[in-house]
Amino acid sequence: MELDNKLRILADAAKYDASCASSGSRRKRVEGGFGNTEGIGICHSYTPDGRCVSLLKLLLTNYCIYDCSYCVNRISSDTPRARFTPEEVVNLTIEFYKRNYIEGLFLSSGIIQNADYTMEQMISVARTLRQEHLFGGYIHLKAVPGASNELLLEAGTWADRLSANIELAVDSELRELAPAKSHLQIEDAMSKIGFGIADAADRSNARAQSPKFAPAGQSTQMIVGATSASDSVVLAKASELYKKQKLRRVYYSAFSPIPHADPALPIIRPPMIREHRLYQADWLLRFYGFKVEELTTPESPDLPLDQDPKLAWALRHRDFFPVDVNKASRAALLRIPGIGVRNVKRILQIRRYHALKLDDLAKLKISIAKTKYFITTSGDNPAALQIDSKRLPKKFEPQPRQMALFEARSGEL
Amino acid sequence: MKQVLIEDFPAWRTQARELIQAGVEPSQVHFVDGKSGQPLLFDEPAQDQPKPEATKVPAEFLKLASVAAQYRDPDRWDLLYSVLHRLTNGEPYLLKIDVDSDIRRLRLMEKAIRRDIHKMHAFVRFRKIELEGDAEYIAWHRPDHYIVRAATPFFARRFGNMRWAILTPDESAYWDGAELIFGPGAPRDAAPDDDGLEDLWRTYYASIFNPARINLRAMRAEMPVRHWATLPEAQIISNLTREAGFRVQTMIKDQAPSALPWVPQQATLQALREAAIRCEGCELHKCATQVVFGAGPEGARVVLVGEQPGDEEDLAGSPFVGPAGRLLSRALEEAEVDRSALYVTNAVKHFKFIERGKRRIHAKPGGIEISACRPWLEAELEAVKPELVVCLGATAAQSLMGRDFRVTRDRGQFQPHRWAKQIMATIHPSALLRMPEPDRREQEYRLFVHDLALIRPYMQT
Repeated sequence: MELDNKLRILADAAKYDASCASSGSRRKRVEGGFGNTEGIGICHSYTPDGRCVSLLKLLLTNYCIYDCSYCVNRISSDTPRARFTPEEVVNLTIEFYKRNYIEGLFLSSGIIQNADYTMEQMISVARTLRQEHLFGGYIHLKAVPGASNELLLEAGTWADRLSANIELAVDSELRELAPAKSHLQIEDAMSKIGFGIADAADRSNARAQSPKFAPAGQSTQMIVGATSASDSVVLAKASELYKKQKLRRVYYSAFSPIPHADPALPIIRPPMIREHRLYQADWLLRFYGFKVEELTTPESPDLPLDQDPKLAWALRHRDFFPVDVNKASRAALLRIPGIGVRNVKRILQIRRYHALKLDDLAKLKISIAKTKYFITTSGDNPAALQIDSKRLPKKFEPQPRQMALFEARSGEL
Repeated sequence: MKQVLIEDFPAWRTQARELIQAGVEPSQVHFVDGKSGQPLLFDEPAQDQPKPEATKVPAEFLKLASVAAQYRDPDRWDLLYSVLHRLTNGEPYLLKIDVDSDIRRLRLMEKAIRRDIHKMHAFVRFRKIELEGDAEYIAWHRPDHYIVRAATPFFARRFGNMRWAILTPDESAYWDGAELIFGPGAPRDAAPDDDGLEDLWRTYYASIFNPARINLRAMRAEMPVRHWATLPEAQIISNLTREAGFRVQTMIKDQAPSALPWVPQQATLQALREAAIRCEGCELHKCATQVVFGAGPEGARVVLVGEQPGDEEDLAGSPFVGPAGRLLSRALEEAEVDRSALYVTNAVKHFKFIERGKRRIHAKPGGIEISACRPWLEAELEAVKPELVVCLGATAAQSLMGRDFRVTRDRGQFQPHRWAKQIMATIHPSALLRMPEPDRREQEYRLFVHDLALIRPYMQT
């Protein structure tokens, strides 16, 4: 098969993995080699879906012995199949990299023969790039659950990041849709990788020049919308993985209709707003000191789609407000709708020298229309008096919009 | 008013230091940007001045000023002087106050420069040429600001073993493998106009995007249209966007074949049986005589699942009535299991065959047919609600327990299942019929009977 055709099939098959991050790793160029990473990721291009192209994201092959119903590459799908040789992937990576198209490679694969064989094939690509071509760019390898400890540990010595996908938030739903997979097995792979990372950290404390192990850590992906699992269940699982497996990132991937789809799955427009709200909530968990229980309620276990999760929390906890931006603690400032981590830092710095008023906040590009109801400043702010008003939630409703004449019913294609 | 011509940041720094020490107010001086090409209105001859003393400013200011100096706005020098003047005249903490309008302007400049440098690192596209057997990589890029010197050391660190040049309208950078050399700006046609690899790159770009998630606003915000001219992949954006809707429709149309649309929800066995007659969930209905639905009592405690109907079943319309069915009946009898109390069905409900002359030869159903027919099997199991499901052969076992299931390895083992309390698999009786060696056949038959005998406890209430 022509290289062009293989690339078409195996890039197409790789796009359901949301991650394209190339940050969090520092690797100096090796003498005589090419490529480095400097800690910050670079998006070299953007596709019309608004997503960044940072890494050459490929499947080594989309042949697969598994039958996961949410996956386009499951054995029972009649999608066209292809397989790269490791050399082909190595050459594509080098040639693209040298033209500055990409930051590196994100390699995944369908399961062929068994977990170990598949992992070994992916490792051989990374090993060749690092050892033979002295490639210093970013490498993200998919960790195959069920692969041996030795292989997972070898993968970590070549890769900047490893990821084993948890796929679905609920184990029983995963077993149902993906009979060959289970949380137990996936999290076992995560623990093995986590051990490698912790071990490398210990060694680098002891010795300055110790070999790296997945310096950008590990991540995972959860598909949202393929089953009925609520946001509270999804976020609880994410939070558990952040804590237990020390993951750097959990990616949420709105289930999108796949070609040759299993008919048991919903044919819906990918729930992109829901995905967006989950990322916002994820940020609140990691950087804003929120707890999972605070983001949803037992009565409504899903995040509201029409409000960001922080605003929704604020409207449920009016007694917490108004917050005085010139006096409040960092933790309290972080709870104000419309003020982010970076602006909290700036407010804390500025207020030592200058008492903040509303128009000062506007200069920091804070949305006053949203924030004003929740704060007091050194100037006048009558909006803060409305904090207990029953009509307050109305202020945040989107402007009414006339339906288009031929607008499809929402949620359906 | 005093006018000073400024070519670059070190020149401004020298001039500004002298002016501050001479106590010159910002309103008394105007810095003219050498790069913007405006002539001085009143050219004052430089005067010899005594060596200036050091003026203390925060290190942060020098850093910020050297960045803002790259901003493409002739007024930046005056702004910097005015901030410097305020810093040294009673406002030492000025830089901390981001909401001050001067500082805010500087911060916005700093942000724009940082972004422009980052976008240069991202959007430079090298084209490879061969020069006397050596590869050289040449790019043309149009940054928004004067950032070539700040942005190109990145490429030297990354591509240190390559020879490359980045040309821009203002200034060019060349790396010979050891040293970074800056030269004058160059027009776009000074760079090569193609690279054979760009087609492959566009193939990648077109394949990696998901047409179901189109979001042009996000794309344009991060990849401003003014940069598209030098991005090889941008040529195909309009095509991709136009075809996106069509591609999503195709994705949905191309769904795997399935019986699902024909399967009534929560129906009785009788209703299912009647509905199945019309099933066109896969191609098999076209050649088979009729659908062969499961048979047996609705309240059966045990369900037997085979592979697919054979030649005789296809004609009779009932499962397990051919040679394999007769062997099954004999084995059940020996295992002391009452066949009439069982519900017997198949993973695939239509006969799949190849025609050889007058004979119809059984053909193994593929993953697509098994998967297409699974909704019928699941609906049957939901209606019968058995205690135990026994899979006869690999097709049934893999349909209900996944592709990893191996009958030879896992036969006779019980496990809990979604559609029954327990599930278990053994071989298909037709496998026995195919065994040429009588001894082996007899031995396997004994094992088969032994497996079937495991059903007995599930038959009793």
